[in-house]
Amino acid sequence: MTAELLLASLQLSTPEVILALGAMALLMIGVFSGERSATTVTGLAVALLIIAGLMLVMKSPEGVAFGGAFVSDPFARFMKILTLIGSITALVMTVGHARSQQLDRFEFPVLIVLATLGMLLMISANDLLSLYLALELQSLALYVVAAINRDSVRSTEAGLKYFVLGALSSGMLLYGMSLVYGFTGHTNFEQIAAALSAEGRSLGLVFGLVFVLAGLAFKISAVPFHMWTPDVYEGAPTPVTAFFAAAPKVAAMAMLVRIVIDAFEPVVADWQQIIVFISIASMLLGSFAAIGQKNIKRLMAYSSIGHMGYALVGLAAGSMAGVRGVALYMLIYMVMTLGTFACILAMRRREGGNVESIDDLAGLSTTNPFMASVLTVMMFSLAGIPPLAGFFAKYFVFMAAIEAHLYALAIIGVLSSVVGAYYYLRLVKVMWFDPATDEFARTPGELKLVFGLAGLFVAGYVLIGGPIGEAAEAAARTFF
Amino acid sequence: MTDWPILSAVTFLPLVGVALLLLTREDSPYGRRNILNVSLLTTVFTFILSVFIWIGFDYSNPGFQMIEKHEWLGTGIAYHLGVDGISMLFVILSTFLMPFCVLASWNSVEKRLKEYMIAFLILEVFMVGVFVSLDIVLFYVFFEAGLIPMFIIIGVWGGKDRVYASYKFFLYTLLGSVLMLLAIMAMYWQAGTTSIPELLAYGFPEQMQTWLWLAFFASFAVKMPMWPVHTWLPDAHVQAPTAGSVILAGILLKLGGYGFLRFSLPMFPLASDYFAPFVFTLSVVAIIYTSLVALVQEDIKKLIAYSSVAHMGYVTMGIFAANEQGVQGALFQMLSHGIVSGALFLCVGVVYDRLHTREIAAYGGLANNMPKYAVAFMIFTMANVGLPGTSGFVGEIMTLLGAFRANTWVAFFATSGVILSAAYALWLYRRVIFGPLEKESLKALLDLSGREKAILYPLVLLTIFFGVYPMPVLDVTAASVDALLNNYTAALEAAQSVALSAN
Repeated sequence: MTAELLLASLQLSTPEVILALGAMALLMIGVFSGERSATTVTGLAVALLIIAGLMLVMKSPEGVAFGGAFVSDPFARFMKILTLIGSITALVMTVGHARSQQLDRFEFPVLIVLATLGMLLMISANDLLSLYLALELQSLALYVVAAINRDSVRSTEAGLKYFVLGALSSGMLLYGMSLVYGFTGHTNFEQIAAALSAEGRSLGLVFGLVFVLAGLAFKISAVPFHMWTPDVYEGAPTPVTAFFAAAPKVAAMAMLVRIVIDAFEPVVADWQQIIVFISIASMLLGSFAAIGQKNIKRLMAYSSIGHMGYALVGLAAGSMAGVRGVALYMLIYMVMTLGTFACILAMRRREGGNVESIDDLAGLSTTNPFMASVLTVMMFSLAGIPPLAGFFAKYFVFMAAIEAHLYALAIIGVLSSVVGAYYYLRLVKVMWFDPATDEFARTPGELKLVFGLAGLFVAGYVLIGGPIGEAAEAAARTFF
Repeated sequence: MTDWPILSAVTFLPLVGVALLLLTREDSPYGRRNILNVSLLTTVFTFILSVFIWIGFDYSNPGFQMIEKHEWLGTGIAYHLGVDGISMLFVILSTFLMPFCVLASWNSVEKRLKEYMIAFLILEVFMVGVFVSLDIVLFYVFFEAGLIPMFIIIGVWGGKDRVYASYKFFLYTLLGSVLMLLAIMAMYWQAGTTSIPELLAYGFPEQMQTWLWLAFFASFAVKMPMWPVHTWLPDAHVQAPTAGSVILAGILLKLGGYGFLRFSLPMFPLASDYFAPFVFTLSVVAIIYTSLVALVQEDIKKLIAYSSVAHMGYVTMGIFAANEQGVQGALFQMLSHGIVSGALFLCVGVVYDRLHTREIAAYGGLANNMPKYAVAFMIFTMANVGLPGTSGFVGEIMTLLGAFRANTWVAFFATSGVILSAAYALWLYRRVIFGPLEKESLKALLDLSGREKAILYPLVLLTIFFGVYPMPVLDVTAASVDALLNNYTAALEAAQSVALSAN
């Protein structure tokens, strides 16, 4: 690689380079000034992520870098901005909880930055190898973050479980990649696609495809690779769960979209049935298994499984409308999740710290009407009731499914969304219909800001939906 | 008159009231007073503004009027409003009933009045929005959005089993509607538009019409509600606060009928014709069966709720008779039922506020100490039965005429339902109003207060006025109904000639 090419490559990946260098610098600052520097490092990490985000918003050159391993295009840009917003918000939300959840170590923000870097690289990965490396960078950071509260048995258990199952899925992914390489002779996405359309597919490739998709399904916690999700969500400290539920899901979904739409485009019939299956299974499990949950974090875990199923409905269509639907879905899902988790983080008693049971929300509409209204809006939106954002998210993915004549998928999808509405309504019922028991402690300002903004977005989507839809459409046009 | 967006103004004016309510505080009698005044003024202003729609309405134009159209969410979804003869009166009905709801809640809502009024005003936005939407997605948004405030209204301010009732209401209607959503998407991909006027002009293939019709039917039949998916209604009515029942019976039930007229009949004429016997059967079963069920009720509200289901049976029967008398009658029946059943629930509210029970057995002999109330209640009961001279008669006779032209047996069975409705309504009236005034608890009851007179008397006047002179309503609807039916028969004939030439 000549110096010129390298320079061009670095230019295309400036946000990633900044994050990588910044993470190392932050680590140095932390190491040399010790534990007290946690707050400073957190602040700097947020600043770093914001800078990376601004660079993406301001100017984003397009092209392929590092010999085809990395690609910068409108789709990557859209998803990266989402991921960065998710990470920044999650990091901001930890501020008030750092002490009580033992997150007041400088390693925590550094790990978040590294994980975010991994996510950005995942989104831009255009080669099986760079994809795997990016994924592992993200995953390793996440394993540690899940177990960051090492004095808590639940947190350690969550971390360990996540690690063991994650390693298994990485293994599957790698095995699948080796099969794909073996049967096509390439690791680059475009070359794989070219080889597939030239030679047709072989049985070995289908095996490889199945393993790759299984490995990726684990990352977005789609059924049947979802088992880790409820335990990790429940066990990890709540700010960490908020982080897990938002940014990594967006990045993993973007990666999945790119690999099936780009690399496996010629074998659409093969991956479509797999996606349809995991989509249906996720939607059904997400809605039925959540009914019996008492812990709100577990409930959100099943809810996120279900929502990944809905997002996959759009992907299953495999069309331009479908990818636009997925992009929009991930955006709206992320805002709803962050808003809901901000509310969950605000569930803190004056004595006894954070609580996680749904019944603790009883009578919230009388004790804290603002938070109750926001959480109500979030719940109706998650259930997909218009005129809230969640409805439009579902509308666009189902529309893509109808266009692709996937009627069974669409019908099962909407019916399971009715089942899902049942448990979201339970939260509304607890907040509004049940008498109040005890008040929560005063909500910290940053949480109020986060759920206030999220509520505004979700309720006001009808006003701002036009430009957002156009952005998603521009992102989707990358592939078509 | 046409250059300012009157429909948007009417639809979203209640939001101004919501904004003002957010600034009020409830903790003093003063604050309470403020909340009530703001809500009342908002709803009255909205009504007055909506009257201008009627004033500016062109009777001879069968198409849509006062159109507003703006780009909205991409993929063709537009912010597209307009009214025609079918929808215009529903807008007026919605805005007209709202002030009564506020008045009915004056003293009866004791807790969380502010949230209550906010929920009602938001509900008003959604209800009016449904009737003025000319984009099918926008229609769906408003149609479904109404579930949120209604769920909260029933759940927070409802009776003993309010949680069960609110869940049932929400999930039943949601389940019906999601299938319609898929049908809407399928229509978009087929016709390439979500604009209602364009969809009305588009002829869907016959095979597809059947499926689309069924999907829409699932939604509207639940909303209507038609037998056998009516079971959510009695629960919701009984548990909802008085004003909630008024809105449910007065307007939310009309969404189904409106949907049939706006979508099912004109967009899927072949399927409508094919399924008409099916709808007739369900309507007749609804009329007879729910009237019988109403006979044995012990709860006043439940009885009226079942009678609503029966009356909606006449509406579906009239719509699918697909002739002028039937459709005009169905429209009139819906409007009249909106006033009459709303008024009946308000009447129940009057005695409920005094005695806090809806058991029929707890009452009796009210004619002795509440004569004014007895008169008002009698007029509404008679209107409910369909006595000539009240608005109920006009709608019933017209739908029966329409049904008679379409299918004599249907008309025969439906007419027998009229007798049953007289039976349950008159029996209810006898048990509540007549007889000796024996119960101690009833002796101290006072007759209508000034506020209650202000609620009931205008409704009495309207009931009689429209019963004697229904033309103001029928004139509005005539042109649009005519156009609808002409298109309907043209579509059927076209299909028939295609079938003939194929043979």
